[in-house]
Amino acid sequence: MSGDILLISLAGVLTAAAPVIFAVIGETISERAGIINLSMNGTILLAAMGSFTVALATKSLILGFLAGALIGGFVAAIVAFASVTLRQSQVAVGFVLAVLCRDLSYFLGNPVMGEAGPRLSSSPIPLAASIPILGPLLFRQDVMTYLSILLIPLAWVFVFRTRPGLVLRGIGEKPSAAYVRGANIGRLRYRYAVIGGAIAGLAGPIYSLSVKAGWKGTISGLDGIGWIVLAVTIFGGWNPVRAAFGAYLFSLLQWLGLVLQPAMPGVPAQVLQVAPFPLMILTLLLVNVGNAEWVERSLARLPEPTRRWLSKLLRAMNATPPAALGTPFEDGE
Amino acid sequence: MLIELRNISKTFDTVQANSGISLVVPPASIQGILGENGAGKSTLMKIFSGFTLPDSGDILLDGERAVIHSPADAIRHGIGMLHQDPLDFPPMRLLDDFLLGREGGLFPDRRGAARAFRELAERFGFVLDPEAWVDSLTVGERQQLEIMRLLWIGSHVLILDEPTTGISLPQKEKLFATLKSLASDGMTILFVSHKLEDVEFLCDSVAILRQGRLVGTAKPPYLTKDLVGMMFGREIAFPERKKSPPGASVLSVNGVSLEGARIRIRGVNIQVRAGEVIGLAGMEGSGQSIFLGACAGLTRPVSGAFCLDERDMTGRSHHDFKREGVAYLPAARLERGLVPGLSLSEHFVLSEKKKGFFIDRRRAKKLSQDRIAAYNIKGEPDSPIESLSGGNQQRMLLALLRDPLSLVLVEHPTRGLDIESTVYIWGKLKERCAGGTSIVFISSDLDEILQYSDRVLVFFAGRVSPPIKAEELSVESLGLLIGGKGWEDFERGEADA
Ligand SMILES: Nc1ncnc2c1ncn2[C@@H]1O[C@H](COP(=O)(O)OP(=O)(O)O)[C@@H](O)[C@H]1O
Ligand SMILES: [Mg+2]
Repeated sequence: MSGDILLISLAGVLTAAAPVIFAVIGETISERAGIINLSMNGTILLAAMGSFTVALATKSLILGFLAGALIGGFVAAIVAFASVTLRQSQVAVGFVLAVLCRDLSYFLGNPVMGEAGPRLSSSPIPLAASIPILGPLLFRQDVMTYLSILLIPLAWVFVFRTRPGLVLRGIGEKPSAAYVRGANIGRLRYRYAVIGGAIAGLAGPIYSLSVKAGWKGTISGLDGIGWIVLAVTIFGGWNPVRAAFGAYLFSLLQWLGLVLQPAMPGVPAQVLQVAPFPLMILTLLLVNVGNAEWVERSLARLPEPTRRWLSKLLRAMNATPPAALGTPFEDGE
Repeated sequence: MLIELRNISKTFDTVQANSGISLVVPPASIQGILGENGAGKSTLMKIFSGFTLPDSGDILLDGERAVIHSPADAIRHGIGMLHQDPLDFPPMRLLDDFLLGREGGLFPDRRGAARAFRELAERFGFVLDPEAWVDSLTVGERQQLEIMRLLWIGSHVLILDEPTTGISLPQKEKLFATLKSLASDGMTILFVSHKLEDVEFLCDSVAILRQGRLVGTAKPPYLTKDLVGMMFGREIAFPERKKSPPGASVLSVNGVSLEGARIRIRGVNIQVRAGEVIGLAGMEGSGQSIFLGACAGLTRPVSGAFCLDERDMTGRSHHDFKREGVAYLPAARLERGLVPGLSLSEHFVLSEKKKGFFIDRRRAKKLSQDRIAAYNIKGEPDSPIESLSGGNQQRMLLALLRDPLSLVLVEHPTRGLDIESTVYIWGKLKERCAGGTSIVFISSDLDEILQYSDRVLVFFAGRVSPPIKAEELSVESLGLLIGGKGWEDFERGEADA
């Protein structure tokens, strides 16, 4: 019996990870093109509120999800405009948008606060749902969870196996080199920032129409997730599969926090709720330690075979960001 | 393809990089573009390949006006350029780099590409593994990769910007063989270089640029003296020199080898004596900057040793070098030496030995006013550093140096400065020499090297000459050495020793 509960809980982790996966992969695509969309926290909140309002008014879930993607794409377009067209700091603009969109969502969301709206129901896949273990874990989910699982390999194949994906990596790594290969850097950066923003925007409706259905203003429990998304993107080394792994890890940590709460009455509930955040940051630090100059210097003193082995390991763990991340590109003149 | 450039002009801020350059290149030939650093060669080539837009001028291909507003346009016309700084993707595999930019469907034909890759590599005798990573290649191999890629996407005009900087001799021979065979197959090649011997060996015709203008053309057989004359464009009277002072050894460099991103330097030996001035001559990117940085502890040598005052400093940090009295003034003034956004007086406070937690504003102001007066800087204590002109920023860097110093390392001490500033800055530097400080400086100005150095190290493609007494050099002989001529004597000397 307790096995069933565990299965259902793990299935819940997959569901809860779905919005984070969308957001992380959207951000990964944008950053691969060289644009940091720092507005993520605000984008998710605004998209959650906006899509809930639309779904409530039109009674259409599809329109609700569409609204989420549109809002995400629109906010990303502002970041792209600031960085590509105005050549201003993406970080500053993104940060202002993160705060602005959050407050806007609380303000504009007041009328629909606490309303009962439509909610995405699960759609078990006929035969597969009755497979033991895998059935309850994977095949009794809702559409967006299925899509989130599909999105991982799709995004990976796009980035690492297709021709446009190769160009995408190129423009984030060294735009000048992509430029001399005929790429239109400005246009492509707009395109991928908006596509990435739209994918990330879907995280909003997945929350407000499914995982945490409804809009409850400041107690919606969505504030902060966008920042973790940014950290997970880095932790994932700008690789959709690794990023998705980070998203699952984060959901698992959050779930453990909930489960352990009754088992550890001595520990304040807040500690367990907050624990996933520092744990994620710690992982980040470990992954990136190989970059530091002092590590390199101390490695240099080791005997050659050990040094080579260690630096290889560090290099494999190390996630190097797209080299041109966050920097504007000036062409021609 | 017959190429005609007509009246190409381009100005950057205040620099006239190209002024009214016209050039005709016949098909199936190798055209040399020769000129010293900053002559405008790269700018002209970037304009031709769509990377930079000209202010005015036309490009004609086979007699018809071509619109080239971006590299994509140039690619459509079959113009491919190998840039001076390799424009490739170090963290990618060779095959990915090779494929990037090639038109095609959603999924690239990797197998077909790998086949084409191998065929091209075999045709030119390049040993490249398509599955290796670009950052594991030498500069020469990265060039080979880029040339193969340009041919694969169907270029029939090939521009090579300083392709022989930083590659080994066998790689250079292979490159030249490749270029000759391509030209005989009908390819038009523009070969940009500041190296006389390369241009003389390879090119069917040479155009010489100086200060943004086309100053002449030449056909084989080339007269080296004429080429040098057109490149540097002046007859210079020999400057008077002092005898080099026989002080104690301040810095000794013993068999040092260094590796940079583009270049490898082997076996540098020199003893710098107190009060001595050493000039590092050579075209930009021949290894001087890396060597100077290594003297400041910024780059660790692959082998060999640095000693300061007999103390072994090999592998120590820049901070340790600074503590031993070494000052380093890099070329990118605002980038590495000064902090944009801070005022002059804040810079003086920063450069002082730390005393207390709070800034003593009155003392800082007094200090700044004294130094500003002493170094004749045109600026106020409160003006931000970026508001100063280049010459004043350079003076500021000198004013920030602490006393006493044993060694000052300076890159292009007077580049872009007017005569007045130049004389002033060297006066200040020489004052320090009189106090026993040694100076090692980089300059691309031959007159400056000859005028102010006691001894000179010449850098050429990672090779470093033994120290030469400045009075044994003339503008001509130094110009030849910088262009890679006359090095056999050193090698013979080494063999004798
Ligand atoms: N992007 C740029 N911005 C400002 N100045 C430039 C730029 N590119 C070149 N210059 C200036 O134009 C002049 C010619 O440079 P360049 O064409 O690179 O010369 P060369 O290739 O012959 O060494 C130099 O004075 C250089 O400083
Ligand atoms: Mg150049």
